Amino acid sequence: MRKIHLLLFVILFITQSSFAQITFPRNGVYDDRDGLYAFTNATIHKSFNETVENATLLIRDGKIESVGTSVNLPAEAIVIDLKGKHIYPSLIDIYSDYGLPERKRGERNRERGIQQMVTNKDGAYIWNQALRPEFRAHEVFNPNKKDAKEMLKMGFGAVLAHQKDGISRGTSTFVTLGDEPAHQVILKDKVSHHLSFSKGTSTQSYPGSLMGGIALLRQTYIDGEWYKKYGHKEEFNISLASWNEVQSLPQIFEVRDRLDILRVAKVGKEFGLKFIYKSTGDEYRRLDEIKGTGADLIVELNFPEAMDVEDPFDALRASLTELKHWELAPTNAARIEKAGIRFALTTNGLKKKSAFMGNLRKAIKNGLSEEAALKALTHTPAKITGVYDQVGSLEKGKLANFIVTSGKIFDKKTKIHQNWVRGKAHMFKELDKDELTGTYNLKSGKTNYKLNVKESDGKSSMVIFVNDSTEYKVKHTYNDGIISLSFPPSKEDKKVISLSGTSDGKNWSGRGTNPDGSWVDWSATYMGPVPEKKKEDKDDDKKDTADKTGDGKKTEKDKSSKNKKEDKIELGKVVYPFMAYGWSEKPKPETYLFKNATVWTNEKDGILEGADVLVQNGKIKSVGKNLPAAGATEIDATGKHITSGIIDEHSHIAISRGVNECTQSSTAEVRIGDVVNSEDINIYRQLSGGVTISQLLHGSCNPIGGQSALIKLRWGYAPEQMKFENTDGFIKFALGENVKKSRNSRNNRFPDSRMGVEQVYVDAFTRAREYETKKKLGGASFRKDLDMEALVEILNSQRFITCHSYVQSEINMLMHVADAFGFKVNTFTHILEGYKVADKMKQHGAGGSTFSDWWAYKYEVIDAIPYNAAIMTEQGVITALNSDDAEMARRLNQEAAKAVLYGDVNEEEAWKMVTLNPAKLLHIDDRVGSLKAGKDADLVLWSHHPLSVYAKAEITLIDGVKFFDRKTDLQLRQEVALERARLVQKMIAHKKGGGKTGPMRGGKKHHYHCDSDEDEMVD
Amino acid sequence: MKKIQSIIIVCLLFQIGLLAQQTPAIVQSDAVLIIGATAHLGNGKVIPNSAIGFENGKLILVADANTVRIDPSKYPTQIDGKGKHVYPGFIAPNTTLGLIEIEAVRATNDMREVGSFNPNLRAIIAYNTDSDITPTVRSNGVLMAQVVPQGGRVSGQSTVVQLDAWNWEDAAYSMDEGIHLNWPRSFNWWNNEANKDYADDVSEIKTNFKSAQAYAKNKKVTKTNLKMDAMKGLFDKSKTLYVHTGNVKSITEAILFFKDFGLNLVIVGGSDAWMITDLLKDNKVSVILGDTHSLPSRSDSDIDEPFKTAQRLTEAGVLYAFGMNGAWQQRNLAFQAGQAVGYGLDYEAAITALTLNTAKILGIDKTVGSLEEGKDATLFISEGDALDMRTCKLTQAFIGGREIDLDNKQKALYRKFKKKYDGK
Repeated sequence: MRKIHLLLFVILFITQSSFAQITFPRNGVYDDRDGLYAFTNATIHKSFNETVENATLLIRDGKIESVGTSVNLPAEAIVIDLKGKHIYPSLIDIYSDYGLPERKRGERNRERGIQQMVTNKDGAYIWNQALRPEFRAHEVFNPNKKDAKEMLKMGFGAVLAHQKDGISRGTSTFVTLGDEPAHQVILKDKVSHHLSFSKGTSTQSYPGSLMGGIALLRQTYIDGEWYKKYGHKEEFNISLASWNEVQSLPQIFEVRDRLDILRVAKVGKEFGLKFIYKSTGDEYRRLDEIKGTGADLIVELNFPEAMDVEDPFDALRASLTELKHWELAPTNAARIEKAGIRFALTTNGLKKKSAFMGNLRKAIKNGLSEEAALKALTHTPAKITGVYDQVGSLEKGKLANFIVTSGKIFDKKTKIHQNWVRGKAHMFKELDKDELTGTYNLKSGKTNYKLNVKESDGKSSMVIFVNDSTEYKVKHTYNDGIISLSFPPSKEDKKVISLSGTSDGKNWSGRGTNPDGSWVDWSATYMGPVPEKKKEDKDDDKKDTADKTGDGKKTEKDKSSKNKKEDKIELGKVVYPFMAYGWSEKPKPETYLFKNATVWTNEKDGILEGADVLVQNGKIKSVGKNLPAAGATEIDATGKHITSGIIDEHSHIAISRGVNECTQSSTAEVRIGDVVNSEDINIYRQLSGGVTISQLLHGSCNPIGGQSALIKLRWGYAPEQMKFENTDGFIKFALGENVKKSRNSRNNRFPDSRMGVEQVYVDAFTRAREYETKKKLGGASFRKDLDMEALVEILNSQRFITCHSYVQSEINMLMHVADAFGFKVNTFTHILEGYKVADKMKQHGAGGSTFSDWWAYKYEVIDAIPYNAAIMTEQGVITALNSDDAEMARRLNQEAAKAVLYGDVNEEEAWKMVTLNPAKLLHIDDRVGSLKAGKDADLVLWSHHPLSVYAKAEITLIDGVKFFDRKTDLQLRQEVALERARLVQKMIAHKKGGGKTGPMRGGKKHHYHCDSDEDEMVD
Repeated sequence: MKKIQSIIIVCLLFQIGLLAQQTPAIVQSDAVLIIGATAHLGNGKVIPNSAIGFENGKLILVADANTVRIDPSKYPTQIDGKGKHVYPGFIAPNTTLGLIEIEAVRATNDMREVGSFNPNLRAIIAYNTDSDITPTVRSNGVLMAQVVPQGGRVSGQSTVVQLDAWNWEDAAYSMDEGIHLNWPRSFNWWNNEANKDYADDVSEIKTNFKSAQAYAKNKKVTKTNLKMDAMKGLFDKSKTLYVHTGNVKSITEAILFFKDFGLNLVIVGGSDAWMITDLLKDNKVSVILGDTHSLPSRSDSDIDEPFKTAQRLTEAGVLYAFGMNGAWQQRNLAFQAGQAVGYGLDYEAAITALTLNTAKILGIDKTVGSLEEGKDATLFISEGDALDMRTCKLTQAFIGGREIDLDNKQKALYRKFKKKYDGK
């Protein structure tokens, strides 16, 4: 056996030449061989779910010839006995940038306000620099010995490599691992098309927001179609041609979180596309919806580090989301398996790839089945990438890609001995290496020593054992039966005894020299295995690098559960949304009867005293006195007030990664509806202020901003479920200082003055009209333009404008433009000089949605007055008060009260400014905004007069569902505190057990305002 | 004729109004008596049917109208306060009022200097008595303010002003009363990562304060150092050190850090102050709250956390005052107190935290901050509860006995455009 081992090395060295490029001239004498090997007596895992015991694997010339229990051994085969060993198909990672050159980002113009409008890439490529569909990974792929070795060591045999750069990243290539030339490792070119929401090295400004990125994708799908049908006659575009070419491949989309999956899936649905998603290990937080997309996943095993939460004040910086994620991230894969979603696993996302196996074991401990784990590393990745005919299982004709292990692959003690790739072996752990370990009685001359040989991390360590507390190291080498040792006679000695000899497989003997130079005979007799000690446990744990930090130490609890399998891991619940105040059971509509309240109907009845409100099936059933209970949950509202829910006409909460697509003067193509963030704590906070509906607006960066989203604050629901169904579409426009970019000392984007702003509109609508004419004509040459589509909708009164505005001149201007093009400006928002032109607004038919008392923050609000709402109302303009601020939104009732304070607006009218009037402005007053039988049961129970600073929302209903209840809130606080405490204790125990801790994570604060304009599309 | 005259007067007023300059009031000539109003004294007491008299700018009578004997002839001006409320003038601490006119217009911004260690800067120098913002703030009962420089590590010195003046000299009420230090952040709020410069920043503060302390002890200064000179007052407590910080650890570190210097220490911001009330009390550190109309400091926090802060400090016996950042925003100062009342704070305690507490912290409580005989007649009358925007409606206000003009630029614009529409 040892002989074979020796032989193998020689053969392997030589066989290399048999794989030289066939077409290349050779230097020297040909030495091509069959590469015929038989691996016998092994437990062979032919696939993730098929195992044969005592079987043989026969490979020839890099391919599998046969596998099974009845394999005929050709006489010329080199036979390797793998008794007690396992053979697995080697693992596959399909999310890698292995072998691809890193791209550095070019210098971007760092000066704020300076924009790069189009690509700066030379050649006939697409306008947007972040789109690189023409990139072909196989054309620049070059094997990387170091990276290959790292992966081979872990049992991987092949990877799908692509360049992680840009929104469209071109195609990937499927390669086997090794240091042969690219010719020999590329198995398949152009395997899949890769996409992401990161601009990568692109220096172009657009897109600067996630919604811009999504809009860009949409337009590019449209442009691709157009190019195929007609566009190629108009322009030569390498990128669009390539884009079309790659559409037939699997589409792999790298997303940043679970919600992105839903976002991309939505776009996919529009275009009939299916994607495979690579997220970041948080899929479990929206698993039902992700399952609903029917997509395959590529799943990271990137588990967060614990945080150092010993100091209770420091612990405050750790959010419940992050605390819980630390605990639940290892359950992600198991939950995905349980949900029945097809998935592959990847090493991507780990700082140290070597942490992969440890993390995988952690995932298995947290419920992932071993079969699913193996499937996700062999079968599924091969299937997804269409190379299952070559890899992913051990079958005749497939590549000889397999690993030889000492035991079951996911067992902690299991070692990978060899990793064969295309019939070439990479040796990691010698097959017979274990023989040395044990306790020996070493006799050197007349002295006896007790010698312990242990092995860890592939290295054997040898010590002279004196007693329990004293031992010392023996330097040694061992190579194919030849052994040499050197050690001092006692621990204190500096001089050493040097011995050399041979091993008969068990016992050793030979000659050596004493420190004084005298020769001595020696022998070592095998006495048995090294007795287990506590210390060994520790060593063992050290090996288990359980996550990317090398977090291998275990808590006491972990240890006991290792010993007693029946011990269950204690885990918190997944809550929706995954943060403080999330619910674990979806709240449902109920039948409620509010008794004896002061009811602000916002209808002809006005304010009713001592009235009841009955809510049933999500609607208001009736409002009146002494209503029958009829099985309803009765709520005594004596001394309290009931109003319809507050509607915030101008909000920027619940938006992911950018509220402005600042980069062009018209970005009508971007949609806030694409980036609704259901996981914003401000949704809950606003519910506590009686808000039930928010219009999420694009910012005010450009004259024509993006399309708005109207949501009901259905806390815990997924983004699509939060959207208010069947409502008119709106779009944000903006005027004045923000669109002129007045805060930038340098601006190169048109417009830079109010004169230019007008021209942006005139130009845009002129083009939109022409576009519409062309569209009606149709034909192949027509190119659908999403920017224009939105503008045409405006022209046809199918989409409505909410326009950020301040001074009277610009307000007049926009109304003139609208009149000229035959549409109405629906709403002027902010509109702080509305009081100067209220008569004109009335005449035009525009409403106003304003601040109660903001002013003095910029030049254009120098004439702002808090009496604005009063004057506009008096002039018959439908007037609302809005927040534009996550904090103030929860006190909009107080803002309404300021209309009483400034301008003596009657209280009922003032109240309508935050309820019925915004409903009118949003064209939803037939369904919400007042308390009337048949309308949606969106209502608020107030502790006091709702306009009073002392009023608190006690209950907030949306569609009859209690999304906020101040009593429940107190309970939730308790639960949050308990869950935090439990996790903090768990983390402290983890640290005490020697576990590592990393930096604090509390999540970034993203409170967007109108003029937030950070680039959200860079990593 | 009389009609014409009144029209002319109205026009003139209107004209003045449009100029948006409210003329500072003349010195109080006649004694004034407000009778029958509910008087909130600012010291926690309330007199439901009160008699408030003042003469020569000082309060001479604060009493229960039911029991006190009043000589009506002593008061040429008598105001019927029935159904109304009288409050001591609210004091806005920690504001940039008068230092900035329009936030986004650099030219109107005088609140920040180049450099980070500027104890010698004096905010009062830049204080603009003619700001259009000030009258809008007065209209809601804020009659005094602490004008505070911004930015850097040590931003400079603040002055307490009264809000009806011709120039900064007569505005100043307590000149250069304190120095403002912005405590370095130990972690970045935007990504929660540790601030790498934190230790260096703290050590720099230490160096500066040690040097200043040594300088203050030096009886024979040969080389005058303006910065060190400016800090002298801190060590004999003639000046207060205002440390701006909100995070619980930072507050703790700041308090421990300055413990041995023996200073008058005030924490400004203090959103987490409620967590360490014992530490604050033990070290006699008071707090000027930042905006409590703000979001909770952490995503997991109680949704109403900032609204409860005042009540928590009251309960614990920490000396604190309501405050908020900015200039124009100050007109909403009292509503923050109202909000706190909604969340459990005693009403009169809320008034105290807008008046007497503020005066104590700013070191001016001997003469203002409450309605007590002998103190300044700085007060206002409101038709309703001044902490509730629904009912707050000032009818008259007095600063040092002078009845000030409650008009402002915004009211003038209101009248102007009402006229436009009324004329149609």
